[in-house]
Amino acid sequence: MATSVNTERLEVLKTYKIYIGGQFPRTESGRYYVPLNKSGKKLGNLCLSSRKDLRDAIEIARNAQGSWSARAPFNRGQILYRMAEMLEGRKAQFIEELIAQDATRQQATREVNESIDRLIYYAGWADKYQQVISSVNAVSSAHFNFSIGEPMGVVGIIAPQSNSLLGLISVMAPVIAGGNTCVIVASYQKPLCSVTFAEVLNASDLPGGVVNILTGKPEELISWMADHLDVNAIIYCEKNQPTIQLIQEKAAGNLKRVLLYDAINWNTNEAQSPYYIQDTQEIKTTWHPIEKTGSGGSKY
Amino acid sequence: MVSNQTIVIPDFRQTPRVDQVGIEERAARITKRSLKKETKLNGLLLALNMIDLTTLEGKDTQGKVKQLCYKAMHLHDSYPGLPTVAAVCVYPSMVKTAKTALGNSGIKVAAVATAFPSGQAPRDVKIRDTKFAVQEGADEIDMVISRGKFLEGEYHFVFDEIASIKEACGNARLKVILETGELGSYDKVRRASDIAMYAGADFIKTSTGKISPAATLPVTLVMLEAIRDFYYQTGKMIAMKPAGGISRSKLALHYLVMVKEILGDAWMNNEWFRFGASSLANDLLMQIVKEKTGVYQSKDYFSID
Repeated sequence: MATSVNTERLEVLKTYKIYIGGQFPRTESGRYYVPLNKSGKKLGNLCLSSRKDLRDAIEIARNAQGSWSARAPFNRGQILYRMAEMLEGRKAQFIEELIAQDATRQQATREVNESIDRLIYYAGWADKYQQVISSVNAVSSAHFNFSIGEPMGVVGIIAPQSNSLLGLISVMAPVIAGGNTCVIVASYQKPLCSVTFAEVLNASDLPGGVVNILTGKPEELISWMADHLDVNAIIYCEKNQPTIQLIQEKAAGNLKRVLLYDAINWNTNEAQSPYYIQDTQEIKTTWHPIEKTGSGGSKY
Repeated sequence: MVSNQTIVIPDFRQTPRVDQVGIEERAARITKRSLKKETKLNGLLLALNMIDLTTLEGKDTQGKVKQLCYKAMHLHDSYPGLPTVAAVCVYPSMVKTAKTALGNSGIKVAAVATAFPSGQAPRDVKIRDTKFAVQEGADEIDMVISRGKFLEGEYHFVFDEIASIKEACGNARLKVILETGELGSYDKVRRASDIAMYAGADFIKTSTGKISPAATLPVTLVMLEAIRDFYYQTGKMIAMKPAGGISRSKLALHYLVMVKEILGDAWMNNEWFRFGASSLANDLLMQIVKEKTGVYQSKDYFSID
């Protein structure tokens, strides 16, 4: 005799994993959290990354840095362009995730479009920023003197909490365009697109370890990132004054660059510029001895 | 204690067989132990003190060896009170350089001899190689066994070879390298360990570092059990040296846990246990400084390997 069975399907809640060294491991701590949107819907199971995940990611980013910065700038541009292509192909999924994270369809569509455009913007700049920021300097001795930008190394990024996709891409793209590698702590409340974006990265010729994305509580990780001696710069995008002070104090340990992008509207053009690439470049000046030019006695 | 005269040399064909699954499971379980705080710090310092800092390249120069010796004596001067490493391990032709550079620091000089790393040379050449290193001042000799003969089943040949090198060593301690990566099974590792110990080895050592896989936890476990059984049989302590592929502190701590569990406290010093490694020292230093300062370290602030 048939009994009545509830046939309503139980939805499978995806476990979003972190992205370290081109792999998708779970956090070593085994911890997770379930962010809710405004209407109380569970967004998914997210890894609550620990400081050991951060340590591992930084080590891997360090190992990846040499070969990434040694690539031709044009090739870095190609890879950024490929990211944009892959993102375009998975637009629908990103829009749905942004809507799940409380955006309207119109806002979501706009954010994804702008994200794609921003990647292409930096893809174009990858082999051109150097011409803008470098210079030949006038010196009063017989030297050819020039300054060029070199990547700082490993950059720690606390991604913007609000624009979880566009903000993350706007901060990440100039960092890697300039030959740095990075470890990103994604938005705590809106982490879905960050992890899905890692899947895009993984499918876009980007070598493992160049971009590493962790989810979890920024306040658990910031202090470890700020005083880690193998991190060369740290980017923070919120206005939280005590946290800014903490970062600045801890960063002093190895004279880390602290970049505060706390007053930027990521939806506007002020959020893109070759000078964001310059922010994570060290300027190297070279003095090359030459025969005196421009005065009497030159044979040329 | 049983005196040397009463040691009965067993039939090496009857060496105990090794349960592969059991050994690997047990080695894997040891990696789950967690050492924290003072225990970890003490473990790191002990591991540092057990290192044979090694350079065995065809391109080694006197300058490179001097630099290595300097590093052995001054691991990280901004952290006072660190132990030194146990020994510096070089080719015989570099022994004199190393001996001079180390002076009276107490750090020993180990030399690889017997046609290292392949061991494919006649016995008289191997004996001369060994005697040369000892005359130059080596405190320890790292010999390789003839793996080809061993795999052919010529156990007496291997036994006699080790015994004759031991004789050539005089007062120098003899480490016998089994090159486990070429032996093929745990059974053979166990058998080679037994042959080496009965033939007079002071140390048994996993690998030359030139073959992959080099030292692994399961292989080391097999060798430690051989040492334990030999000790029960004869009352004689034999030292152990895993070498090659140990470059991370955490792995070094796993090895220490294993030694402690299989052999006990008597082996927990650099007289009875060594790590053959070159880059392990810097990783240990980074972890030690991290424990002290609470800040994750960068290779930028440590010496170049």
